[in-house]
Amino acid sequence: MSLDQSRAPAALIFASGFFGNEAVHVALGVGAAVAIVAGVVGVFTVIRGQSFAGEAFGDIGTAGGSGAFLLGIGPLLGFVIGNVIGAGAMELIGVQRPRGRDLATGIVLGAAIGLGALFLYLTVISQSTSGAAQTILFGSVFEISSSTVPLVILIGAACLAIVATIYRPLLLSSVSAEIAAARGVPVRAIGALYLLALALTVALAAITIGTILSTALLVGPAAAALRLTKSTPRAMLYAAGIGVAALWIGVVLAYDSDHWPPGGRLWPVSFFVVAIVFCAYVLSGLPVAIRERRERRAPAQEPARLGAEG
Amino acid sequence: MFSSFMVNAWEVSGIVAVVAGVVGFFTVMRGSAFAAHAIPNGAFAGAAGAILVGASTLLGLGVFALAGAAMIGLLSRRGRHDVATALALVSMLGLGALFLSLSGEYSSEVESLLFGEILGIGANELLPTAVLGALCILAIAVLYRPLLLSSVLPDVGESHGIGAFAMEMLFLAVLALAAAMTVPVVGTLLFFSLAIGAPAAARAFTSRPPTAMALSAAIALVIVWLAIGASYETNYPVGFFVGAGSALSYAAGRLWAGWRRTIVWRAG
Repeated sequence: MSLDQSRAPAALIFASGFFGNEAVHVALGVGAAVAIVAGVVGVFTVIRGQSFAGEAFGDIGTAGGSGAFLLGIGPLLGFVIGNVIGAGAMELIGVQRPRGRDLATGIVLGAAIGLGALFLYLTVISQSTSGAAQTILFGSVFEISSSTVPLVILIGAACLAIVATIYRPLLLSSVSAEIAAARGVPVRAIGALYLLALALTVALAAITIGTILSTALLVGPAAAALRLTKSTPRAMLYAAGIGVAALWIGVVLAYDSDHWPPGGRLWPVSFFVVAIVFCAYVLSGLPVAIRERRERRAPAQEPARLGAEG
Repeated sequence: MFSSFMVNAWEVSGIVAVVAGVVGFFTVMRGSAFAAHAIPNGAFAGAAGAILVGASTLLGLGVFALAGAAMIGLLSRRGRHDVATALALVSMLGLGALFLSLSGEYSSEVESLLFGEILGIGANELLPTAVLGALCILAIAVLYRPLLLSSVLPDVGESHGIGAFAMEMLFLAVLALAAAMTVPVVGTLLFFSLAIGAPAAARAFTSRPPTAMALSAAIALVIVWLAIGASYETNYPVGFFVGAGSALSYAAGRLWAGWRRTIVWRAG
């Protein structure tokens, strides 16, 4: 929905004309923090196959943000409240069954989109300016003022703390719910806690870097990392690294794009970050593809070698 | 409410509802809700691109919807399905962000594509919607048996020579066609709510596929027409009523299924 939120950071950063000013530091710092949290939480999103929920929370949060705008509450709080309610609704419908997940997410997303349309309409009526809708959808949410930085850090830390606390039972129940249940892991409660962490992460990411980048940094780096290593902690490390690198390179490229065609217009950060994340995902598939090709060629020699050994 | 300019809205939205209900039945059956969200949303970027180069928005929508569908299908061959869908979606949206910022002004045409302008549908939109809608229904009718088998029992389908990958690509193409057709009329948001809520409700009422598909189309039709009427009376957006109607019909289906289960349980 918020197609162009990430154009705002570019404007914010470069309007001042300095690459080293404080707004840049806040944007790069907060962006990196969000990329790290998204990378770590995203590894489980990919393992558990919950990318759709991750994407849906971006739109559900936007509905919450619109509602908050209407009530005069801060948008970040609106995103958080919207997503927590959304997570609760998904859990109620039956997210814990893999087959039901897709549907539960879809039902909640559909309802949230409808509510978002209503909130936007009511906002436009009550503010009697059409600019309000644009502010929420495309707008100035990125203007991370230094005052929201503590809240951003608090929510990010909460997400990491949830994942760290439930790490072992979460990993076990993500890989095999049956084995986890047999060992006495409360699979449903663990799943619900993880969904809460995911909801908070996406609320945080969507409001700071926009809904496009929120999904891109949640799913892309983690999926690439999981193709590179089988170790979950290492995958988290790689995912965080890829996410931070993609975001920073994207910001630098957007800065340079001032001189690119058609000239005088900045290319959006989100375009570059998505392109980098996509390339990282495709490249991460190469080692496996090369190994498979080698193995496919190898069987011709395999029987002979086996015969020699036997 | 039934004045001449509204006639177009009733007719076009009726076609959209039936297509969403029918295509949505297989969407829910196959667990493709994410693709049904991603394709129309990503196609929206195609409209932004069309505005940038001065081409027809319907063409832009169609090209991006089909490209997105192909990308989802191809990427999921070598990776997880939901990851492939997410990456295809953000790639298209990233391009959309680029198109929007290169074309400079935030176009009001783009905003109307997000939410649709169902009450402002012109008579000239009736023909393309009807043709594309008929194509979607025809495609589903032709693919019905193999698609159903491949959705319910993919392994049995494979043994009968119905390739799961081919079926997935064909289904995604139909989904893309439906998305391209509905987005200019009702926006990206309405299509998704209808294509998930109505069939999910229908499947709770009956387990027979043909009945469920017909019921799904009927529920979608009722939701859309009630929503338009309610929107006309209250001035609230159509999307709100469609979203609420979809969620409520699903809740009703769940309640009914639960109630029937207790009856059966007591009788048994």
